[in-house]
Amino acid sequence: MLDIDVHKQRGAFAARVSFTSSTPGITALFGRSGSGKSTTIHMIAGLLRPDAGHIRIDGTVLFDSARGIDVPAEERGIGYVFQDARLFPHLSVRDNLRYGMRRARGRAPTLQFAEVVELLGLQPLLARRPAGLSGGERQRVAIGRALLAQPRLLLLDEPLAAIDVARRGELLPYLEMLRDRFSLPMVYVSHQFEEVLRLAGDMVVLEQGAVAGHGDVVTMSHFPVLRDIIGAESLGAVVEGRIEEFEGASDLALIRVGSGALRVESAGLRPGQRVRVQLLARDLILATASPSGLSVRNSLAGRITALEPDGARAWLVSTDVGGVTLMVRVTDEARGALDLAVGQSAWVLVKAVSLRGHVFSGSPRVAAPPA
Amino acid sequence: MLLNPDEWQALRLSLEVALWSLIWNLPVAIAVAWVLVRRRFPGRTLLDAFVHLPLVLPPVLTGYLLLVLFGARGPIGGWLLRTFGIHLIFTTAGTVLAVAVMTFPLLVRAIRLTLEGVDAGLEEAARTLGAGPLDRFFSIALPLMLPGILAGAVTAFAAGLGEFGAVITFVSNIPGVTRTLPLALYTALQTPNGDAIAVRLALTSFTLGLAGLVLSEWLARTLRNQLGRGNLNA
Repeated sequence: MLDIDVHKQRGAFAARVSFTSSTPGITALFGRSGSGKSTTIHMIAGLLRPDAGHIRIDGTVLFDSARGIDVPAEERGIGYVFQDARLFPHLSVRDNLRYGMRRARGRAPTLQFAEVVELLGLQPLLARRPAGLSGGERQRVAIGRALLAQPRLLLLDEPLAAIDVARRGELLPYLEMLRDRFSLPMVYVSHQFEEVLRLAGDMVVLEQGAVAGHGDVVTMSHFPVLRDIIGAESLGAVVEGRIEEFEGASDLALIRVGSGALRVESAGLRPGQRVRVQLLARDLILATASPSGLSVRNSLAGRITALEPDGARAWLVSTDVGGVTLMVRVTDEARGALDLAVGQSAWVLVKAVSLRGHVFSGSPRVAAPPA
Repeated sequence: MLLNPDEWQALRLSLEVALWSLIWNLPVAIAVAWVLVRRRFPGRTLLDAFVHLPLVLPPVLTGYLLLVLFGARGPIGGWLLRTFGIHLIFTTAGTVLAVAVMTFPLLVRAIRLTLEGVDAGLEEAARTLGAGPLDRFFSIALPLMLPGILAGAVTAFAAGLGEFGAVITFVSNIPGVTRTLPLALYTALQTPNGDAIAVRLALTSFTLGLAGLVLSEWLARTLRNQLGRGNLNA
């Protein structure tokens, strides 16, 4: 378990960050640029000295200002994948990978060279110099290099940021594989909510150098501060479930959500798989009577639990559909016409095609959220 | 074109002096360049200026300052003489010192320029991979400074062959001991009918200097290319 409570003043910027995260699994450190994410992981890695506080991992004290403990970065055993990869230009990929391996300081080699090379697809790159690699290849080497140093915690600082937007998708499966394959705790810094959705179990939201909220991603998707950061267009409840069955030849897969079921396009999915689905508030439709004669494939019955103004002329309607809360954005006019009120019965309609690109497979919650 | 024994002696002495001054200078120059680029401390600007002083002072003045400091009665020279019995004035060792002091800034400048181009983040990355300070220096910083070190070394060596003012002021002009190439050239010019000697020495100096500069450029380019791109045939 990572337990951090640190304070750092840098010029006019003050960071006061405190959270604990369970191991293993990915904890996302999420926030706008300048919110203190990088400062925080620099302190965890030991590259920046906090003014006060403590940092512990699984009972090992890495920093404690009160007790005068400050373990140097090179002795912390914390892997760091930098935004810009930072491969050593004078060494081949093979020697880059071995750099940390040779300096693992007696930590048991649980990750073998051959295994890491194979999993990250590095075999064809081994003899090459970093300068000839693409952005994605560099990050894969950087990840492999960090893993082979046998870290007890892996920090990833926006590893996709330096990669062309079009090619970011190529690295994500490797990160998912890493998460599912190894019981290595990871802290993943990002300001892209989609990456968090795909990868993280827990998320810590940072705002202006302080923790604004912390919890599992499903819970946090309803968190007010998150709405401000990701913007109204990206706002939506996140639900998790298992692919139960494929519906005949219709190419639709069924996921149980609350007391109902959600049909999503089945391409790329397989039965039994755990998935996470983001239901954007702007894509959902609310009905006050059981709908019929519609093309919409998904209709979830529930009850309105909250009505909040959302911007100038819109409302955000939270609806409980059997233990799962969904958020629907309606116009001010629609709210008036339907006479929406808390406690009222309602049906949430979801077009299956609107979920294209919002179904994330894998098992982000390999690690149970903290009890 | 053949040199006579005296001229050979001057050439050999020049090469010897330039080489020894380079050997003494290199570790210090690397350390100073590293400190100037990677460390922030009070007095950094002053150290920087001090290092470059021999570039801007008249060489004769540098030679005179050496005389004051390293003379038999000088604070450092006196101590060296009493403690180790080392004579610097009028000796080859003193010539090495004078050339070393004069070429030091060239070396530091070249190394520094390369090091400034080396991302300090690489050393940070090495830290997170378990490398301590010395380990980081030798495995990351030093190899990446290599182009600058080699280019600087060649330039400093070539310049060391030709150092005149500080040498003649500090250790005088003694054949076989302190009379390097430029001093021999100067002596030839002062001698009646020394023109032929002067021309031979001038051509020798010219060739050495040019070769040094070309070699330095070539080394720097080759190493930069190696670090820059391509496969390793390993």
